[in-house]
Amino acid sequence: MSYRTQAVLWIAQRASAAVLALCVAVHLATIIYAVQGGLTSAEILERTRGSVGWFAFYSVFVLAVTLHVPIGLRSICSEWLRWRGPSRDVALLLFAALLAWAGMRAVVGVFA
Amino acid sequence: MKVRVQRGESVQEFEVPRQPSQTVLDVVTYIQRYLDPTLAYRFACRVGMCGSCAMTVNGVPRWTCRTHVDRVGDQLEIGPLRNLPVIRDLVVDMREFFDKWARAKGEFRGARTKADDFAKVEPQSAQRVLVDKGIECIGCGVCYAACDVVKWNPDYLGPAALNRAWTLVNDVRDERNPERLRAVAGDAGCHACHSHVSCTERCPKHLSPTAAIAGLKRAVAKAVLQGDL
Repeated sequence: MSYRTQAVLWIAQRASAAVLALCVAVHLATIIYAVQGGLTSAEILERTRGSVGWFAFYSVFVLAVTLHVPIGLRSICSEWLRWRGPSRDVALLLFAALLAWAGMRAVVGVFA
Repeated sequence: MKVRVQRGESVQEFEVPRQPSQTVLDVVTYIQRYLDPTLAYRFACRVGMCGSCAMTVNGVPRWTCRTHVDRVGDQLEIGPLRNLPVIRDLVVDMREFFDKWARAKGEFRGARTKADDFAKVEPQSAQRVLVDKGIECIGCGVCYAACDVVKWNPDYLGPAALNRAWTLVNDVRDERNPERLRAVAGDAGCHACHSHVSCTERCPKHLSPTAAIAGLKRAVAKAVLQGDL
């Protein structure tokens, strides 16, 4: 992998961290606020389904996770497991695809 | 005072008389001169300028000539620097450490010849101030031994080489900068640093390689985003 790609990965991880900081804060605040009176899953779905704004928000959240987690795991794989080279990067690409698929499946299920 | 010295795989114990204002280097020198002349260690200036005498003292990398026994306690355990191959006893092979300075393009290359006038660099200019913060490195290897990333990733250039590169990135007379930024970018360069700050914590000259590396990350990011790299 070229030094330029490695530098771009670093930028992507820092940028996605900034997005995640905001997303996690909004996510936690919303949960704490929404469940104060007690909510059933049916009531939650009734409020979330069809909301374009929340769909967009959680899509961004999933995208940020999809970028951030595999890049962080890349360092962990090389430093702790001594796993470097193309096999690691291909495995992490597949893991990123899994994260995106699982995340967007949940977003579509709750907000679409 | 009891002194335990790591010698290869084994540890040898010595009894050394306690003296006022005694440094750890004094202790090692006493052992070598009066107790066991086969003990190998390295030193030169004894006044904190040459960077030769760094060792691990009670688990911490230190320059031994400027470390008073009073500061580290009466029970001493002395070993070679971590993260470098041991040649013998307390002497490590510094080749990899300095080869990495070369890999980080750590040598100055100016564009002027002796026919040109002197370059004029304002002492208070922003870049010169950044150079000043990192220029006093004596190459002792303490930061390199303190760095966990070096331990985990042997290709990592390390704090001293990157600190040196940062002083040259900010040297307005130097002409190797796009090339240097390429040399310090990526998994073996500044992007491997996790900002644990161990180098800054241990640097005997109170420099901050962590800040230098953060500067390199910013410089590389800017160059990549502007399409210069």
